[in-house]
Amino acid sequence: MAEFTLPANSKVGTGKTYPPPSNAQRLRRFHVYRWNPEGGNNPVMDTYSIDLADCGPMVLDALIKIKDQIDTTLTFRRSCREGICGSCAMNIDGTNTLACLQAIDDIKGDVKIYPLPHMPVIKDLVPDLTHVYAQYHSIQPWLQTESPPTPDRERLQSVEERARLDGLWECILCFCCTTSCPSYWWNGERYLGPAVLLQAYRWIADSRDEKTGERLDALEDPFRLYRCHTILNCTKTCPKNLNPAKAIAEIKKLMVLRR
Amino acid sequence: MTTDKRPLSPHLQIYRWQLTSVMSILHRASGVALSLGAILLVWWLVAAAEGADSYASVQTFLGSWFGRVLLFGWSVALFYHLCNGLRHLVWDTGRGLELRSVYASGWAVVAATAVLTVIAWIAGISQWSQWHG
Repeated sequence: MAEFTLPANSKVGTGKTYPPPSNAQRLRRFHVYRWNPEGGNNPVMDTYSIDLADCGPMVLDALIKIKDQIDTTLTFRRSCREGICGSCAMNIDGTNTLACLQAIDDIKGDVKIYPLPHMPVIKDLVPDLTHVYAQYHSIQPWLQTESPPTPDRERLQSVEERARLDGLWECILCFCCTTSCPSYWWNGERYLGPAVLLQAYRWIADSRDEKTGERLDALEDPFRLYRCHTILNCTKTCPKNLNPAKAIAEIKKLMVLRR
Repeated sequence: MTTDKRPLSPHLQIYRWQLTSVMSILHRASGVALSLGAILLVWWLVAAAEGADSYASVQTFLGSWFGRVLLFGWSVALFYHLCNGLRHLVWDTGRGLELRSVYASGWAVVAATAVLTVIAWIAGISQWSQWHG
């Protein structure tokens, strides 16, 4: 069901404001969502000031600088810092993206940073991804065949068959798209969401996979697939410029074609 | 620590409004408005069937400033829902889903809604003034 307000324990208050560094040349304020599981308090927005002349170009650089030099308790996920691991997915300046790919200079005014939307928060910018991972597992994201494998070589694909996987295999499962989708916010328990459906299509579209019918059967459900209302926030927000909405449309087409 | 104490991260409150989500919620809102407008239409037709007196009272209501606001809203909802519905039909064929096309067709729907509404009201008002001199 649609929810327009946050539960009482999730309402965001005003937190601490840390003093700006002295002799700063290009000061920028960062408002960051904070929640500590210990203490039983509501989440707050802390404000940090960073001198951009003394900081790397990306939002992740600023977060690392805050953790390193201002407030070591700030908690967030990060790993590769080059947009391939998907760990630092968060809501920056109102849209979901990877902190390592979002240039600070591309944001006007103060930078507001929240965890991925409508997710249970473990601490600060770290959401609990257990449910989305379970949904990913539910689509059985591995190659399934009935014919026995040939003993002397791999299962081959033509160049054209392989090309059908372009735009699908590049997904890094950061869940920026899934957590940008209002339909997923309201029906996330049962709707699979754009990231998982794009992955479902990645296996449906694979010429080597021999379980296409079973995969479509599993999605033929009022919620799992058809809660997609083509809002298109997913495609708009994908930091890898993929098109989950298009993948979902292709699944819906296959559902009609096989009748 | 129990997990059910975990707060829910902000969503609607903080997510940036953009053409994609705004047009989607307007599609639903205009659909609801059209359903309510259908009641208005039925009321008008029933009054016409009942006779001149009932018809005249409904006409008076629809001709009042409030009635005209309702009719204007209904016409905007009709044209928006029609145009955006065609956009959805194209999407269901798997076409026009690249972000550039989505934005182009989105702004085209907004423009078409405005143009069709203005044309409908110019036609309606000129017809009205012919009848009522």
